[in-house]
Amino acid sequence: MTVLHTVNKSPFERNSLEACIDHATDGSAVLLIEDAVLGAVAVGDIAARIKAANGIKIYVLGPDLAARGMTEDQVIDGIDVVDYGGFVDLAATHDTVHAWM
Amino acid sequence: MKFGVLVNEGPFTHQSSDTAYMFTKAALEKGHEIFRVFFYYDGVNNANALSEPPTDDRNLVNLWSELAAEHGVDLVVCVAAALRRGIKEDILAPGFRISGLGQLIEAGIQADRLVVFGD
Amino acid sequence: MSDLPPIPPDDDEDDFGVVKKFMYVNRRAPYGTVYALESLEMVLVAAAFDQDVSVVFMDDGVLQIKKGQETADINMKNFSPTFRALEGYDVEKLYVSKKSLEERGLTEEDLLVPVEVLDQAALAALMDEQEVIITA
Repeated sequence: MTVLHTVNKSPFERNSLEACIDHATDGSAVLLIEDAVLGAVAVGDIAARIKAANGIKIYVLGPDLAARGMTEDQVIDGIDVVDYGGFVDLAATHDTVHAWM
Repeated sequence: MKFGVLVNEGPFTHQSSDTAYMFTKAALEKGHEIFRVFFYYDGVNNANALSEPPTDDRNLVNLWSELAAEHGVDLVVCVAAALRRGIKEDILAPGFRISGLGQLIEAGIQADRLVVFGD
Repeated sequence: MSDLPPIPPDDDEDDFGVVKKFMYVNRRAPYGTVYALESLEMVLVAAAFDQDVSVVFMDDGVLQIKKGQETADINMKNFSPTFRALEGYDVEKLYVSKKSLEERGLTEEDLLVPVEVLDQAALAALMDEQEVIITA
């Protein structure tokens, strides 16, 4: 099964993003939504963690970035920005969705 | 694609029911089918017709009801979770129905994808 | 949860002819939030549908099945004995994260039900097999 993981809490608030990346296998995708978008513009340890997970494709929900005053050029290289339609496409093109809260 | 949606949180306190709504709406716009939206835990509060947010803000309860009216989306509230939280038939917003957890499991079985929104 | 749902008869009413791999992932401690209790209720109901069910306890979720929960003084019901009923409902695939146990100074002996302890890689591989993943 290919898995789309969704993470909605900020890596500064909870360990969910870390737990997700620790259990996401190569070939899976991770979509950062709601407060988790902070992980897409992170610096330091969190950014290093994300960059090291190179078998995993990471996406971030654009509307949630914009809502929190962030712009797409701030997003870590290699992370793609999608909208809600893109979220739906990701859910459709992966076999299973695993929500990490 | 046939989607099942599980909503774990109530409106306003957490963004998850907004995200669930936006996902559901986007899926319908792309021509997908929504098999059911199931509300569990505090998610049952999305069905509360007594909700009265300020008029210049979105009314999530109404938005769900509109999805039911315009697209025939099946909005199901778990009876056990609802009882705990005082969500009863007489305050249920239009388009919602109260039923058992079996409806969620059925959605997991019958839909192609089950997407969970919570906090 | 004083009245458990009766163990369902093996009739065809809930038989959709489809068996899917369902996984319930528990990551939260009991009592601080309601998720542990209401997730367990969900697993019990799901048992009637003859699906291929696995239950995972990881992060603080391992505390849900810890022995010795005394809840009288927080005025809440101790629902942990209900985990022992899972076997009677044919829900026998219970998995626990090795890392989560160790981080919390726990071992299998501290748990009130038989489980399989998995490392991260094994848990990740198991999650990859699932068709429906329900989390809270």
